[in-house]
Amino acid sequence: MSDYSVGQFAMIPAGTQASVAPATPRNVPAHGGEPNPSAAFLVAKFGDAIVRSWVNCGETNVIVKVEAIHDVIQWLNEDHGQRYEYLVDVTAVEYRDAGRPLEVVWHLRSLSFLRFLRLKVELPTRGPLVVPSVMDIYSGADWLERECWDMFGIKFEGHPDLRRILLWESYREGFPLRKDFPLRGRFSRAEQLKQALAADPEARYSMEELTIAEAFDSLPEDMRSRLAADKAAGTEAFGE
Amino acid sequence: MGITGPIPEGTRDQSGRSTVQIDPSNNDSWVTTRLDFLVNWGRANSLWPMPFGTACCAIEFMATAASRFDLSRFGMERLSYSPRQADVLLCAGRVPLKLAPVIRRIYQQMPQPKWVISMGACASTGGMFDNYAVVQGIDTIIPVDVYVPGCPPRPEALMYGIMMLQKKVMGERLRDGRIREEIVPDPTSQLYIPASRIDELSEPFGNSVNQTRSAP
Repeated sequence: MSDYSVGQFAMIPAGTQASVAPATPRNVPAHGGEPNPSAAFLVAKFGDAIVRSWVNCGETNVIVKVEAIHDVIQWLNEDHGQRYEYLVDVTAVEYRDAGRPLEVVWHLRSLSFLRFLRLKVELPTRGPLVVPSVMDIYSGADWLERECWDMFGIKFEGHPDLRRILLWESYREGFPLRKDFPLRGRFSRAEQLKQALAADPEARYSMEELTIAEAFDSLPEDMRSRLAADKAAGTEAFGE
Repeated sequence: MGITGPIPEGTRDQSGRSTVQIDPSNNDSWVTTRLDFLVNWGRANSLWPMPFGTACCAIEFMATAASRFDLSRFGMERLSYSPRQADVLLCAGRVPLKLAPVIRRIYQQMPQPKWVISMGACASTGGMFDNYAVVQGIDTIIPVDVYVPGCPPRPEALMYGIMMLQKKVMGERLRDGRIREEIVPDPTSQLYIPASRIDELSEPFGNSVNQTRSAP
């Protein structure tokens, strides 16, 4: 599939091609304005799964039902008329207002069409915070989703390795960016320090990252032969 | 020529004059000094810093090491990025709790004699980051000799701290057996606090020559 051949670009409607030199938008209204055409396509394609959409500071926001979010992002990535190749960010917002749902946010950018789209899913704060992972679509979602789990406690179903990324893995105080999290943490300073010092600085690497034997086949030839000779000579180069 | 250090104690007569005998015919080179002075003079003027820069203080440290302020005047231009070859741990910037075991291990890997400079408000006290993620002063993890205040301190302030450390090094005595030994508190003393209680208080460790608590 030659997505980026000249022939493919010929399908793109005139005026939206990437060959048009991008210009900095001027006098963008805070509310309203021309929406991203993808929003209308989404409503036509997914119907009721699209809750609402609006334009804010020239950027189009679309709220999607949580059941449909994976299909929506997959379609936006794969459809030739959309081509959102780049997942800019996965994050979440929790508001101070009681009863207002927590939002999980996906920032998508189409490099072919120079479009930006913000997708949101609303999750009631009292319910389970579970959304599908988009790692099967964008590999770059790996760390973004781990950070979101680390800070907000949102489970990304289907993520192969959902563990803390900024805080250490034995952190037990909760999720710091939630509104019910006290700024200084839940434990006393002494307890925090004791728990932090008990952590092994090297434990945050998984064994796969540390074991050279796992990566043996991808090593350069000279290193492979040297390691094989070491192993034959009986030195424990493989750490087994 | 000769290096005129302090006159050794016990070599003075009643009137305070030195009783060291120097052969006047041997006038090409001689040194009279205390061994303490000579060793400390060597140590103080070739402190190898291990920069542990985590934030904006490290930028000021770089400015201190660069040509305008020139750390090599203090014999410190040889930055040691391996703790095994370092004398001074120079902690510049805030230390998150995730780094606490790392800086502890780096301190333990440094050979004696070793000193620590805590540069800036965050390394010394946690600074404005009174939150769940930041260590409230590295003296709750490792002993600290010199605190340099500032946010971040200017290079002049850091150099003043370095000169204070040099002064401290010059004051050490080789014969002092208690130097850099943890003080084991007397359990019968009124001032005795058990180690578990000290940990609850997050009491500072003290400094390299006077440690007030033992590492947990």
